[in-house]
Amino acid sequence: MSMETRRIRKVLSGNHAASYAVKLANVDVIPIYPITPQTTIVEKIVDFVENNEMKAEVIHADSEHSAMAAAIGASASGARVYTATSSHGLLYMYEMIWWAANARLPIVAGFVTRSIGPPWNIWSDHNDYLTLRDSGWIMFFASSAQEVFDMTLQAFKVAENPRVRLPVGVAWDGFQISHSFEPVELLRQEEVDAFLPDPRDIKPLLNVDEPISIGNLPIATDNMMFRESIWRSMERARDYIKDVMNEYRALSRRNYGYLIEEYKAMDAETIFITMGAISGDAKIAVDKLRENGERVGLARIRVIRPMPVTDLVRLGRIANNIVVIDRNVSMGLGGILAREIKSIFYDFYVETPTYGFITGLAGTEVSPEDYIKIYRMVLDGEVEPSTNIWYYHGGVMK
Amino acid sequence: MNPEEILYPISKPSKGSSGPTWMWRFTKPVIYIDKCTKCGLCWVYCPEATINILENGFPKIDYEYCKGCGICDNVCPVDAIEMVNEYGD
Repeated sequence: MSMETRRIRKVLSGNHAASYAVKLANVDVIPIYPITPQTTIVEKIVDFVENNEMKAEVIHADSEHSAMAAAIGASASGARVYTATSSHGLLYMYEMIWWAANARLPIVAGFVTRSIGPPWNIWSDHNDYLTLRDSGWIMFFASSAQEVFDMTLQAFKVAENPRVRLPVGVAWDGFQISHSFEPVELLRQEEVDAFLPDPRDIKPLLNVDEPISIGNLPIATDNMMFRESIWRSMERARDYIKDVMNEYRALSRRNYGYLIEEYKAMDAETIFITMGAISGDAKIAVDKLRENGERVGLARIRVIRPMPVTDLVRLGRIANNIVVIDRNVSMGLGGILAREIKSIFYDFYVETPTYGFITGLAGTEVSPEDYIKIYRMVLDGEVEPSTNIWYYHGGVMK
Repeated sequence: MNPEEILYPISKPSKGSSGPTWMWRFTKPVIYIDKCTKCGLCWVYCPEATINILENGFPKIDYEYCKGCGICDNVCPVDAIEMVNEYGD
């Protein structure tokens, strides 16, 4: 590579990696409201705008609900829009979250995961983000600052595809990713401009020459058809996301897999399924266990909606044991990923024992040693697949 | 339904897209032209755009679509609009 085509590498936090992606994506409108641990994303974006490094309209909203409402208005007018939030801010935004999906608006948002109070907290678990799972948002989950940067750019391309036209969320863990600094390789502006569609090609819903209203009362059957239309777009998006990630992989020379990243899973007898920051500890645990001859692998979920059904079924058929690590819980049912994966396995006659561990809630530590202990519990027959095991750092509470 | 088609929940403005909404009405606004000052407030406030301003400047109500909400009666500054019971007392 000559000097002119060299890419910039910076030491960035996960949040600042998102800010740089938003800057390179030439986003038009950014409605914002601060909340820990999201705030540094929009602080950095405001820096860019104030220093004339980026030309965008920043709207200082009076709440997250208003921020998403402003995002909806801007997106309906054909602008490229980004916003970000966490935890209680996301829940306050929640009504407008559904509005954005049902109105088919290609908004991209960053969700920095954080527990929901009370009691008060600032540390990560995934329950806030997983409230989006029935809404019609496409849901990405990153596990490094570099991946935050890459996924945010991919999100715009997926959202704006005329055959998809759905909002895309990109999530990453609060503090563990959002405030940890890592080397991040940025794409050059020309590369991003060539990769992303021209924002002027976004088909605006609103047009002053042809007035319409969005969301008027339809008959009930039409209303159901709108929901089915979202369903079909979501099903189509599964293949399209792979295409976008493939194109991006050729461009960036970085390979995370597609909807799922596999790590030493091909010949594994026991496969961990994880999501987000704690997947890094799982990789270390896999390496340590493999040094002792244990055939262990890892599958990290990168896209939760649309659910990577065929990838999961394939892994279920390879393995003798599937161990799902949930950093979330659905009260009265179990870990959300474990329960969803079990229901997929049932559909496809996969009878592999599938264990669900609920751990890392409210930012509790999940270390490589914890994965090794969980592995021992499963192989020594200490736990049943039908139970939801509450695993704390160090073990199960007696 | 074409499975490839994306449905947008949008609608274009059209007259009476919810049918003949006069049927929703219990009381009907009547304009006393002799009191009217042509201020146009009833035209501004009518939520269903059923009040039109004639060439001579006076308002005229489209009773086919007026739902009888009574907002025009409320906003009229000179009491030139009265709600009358359509079905007698």
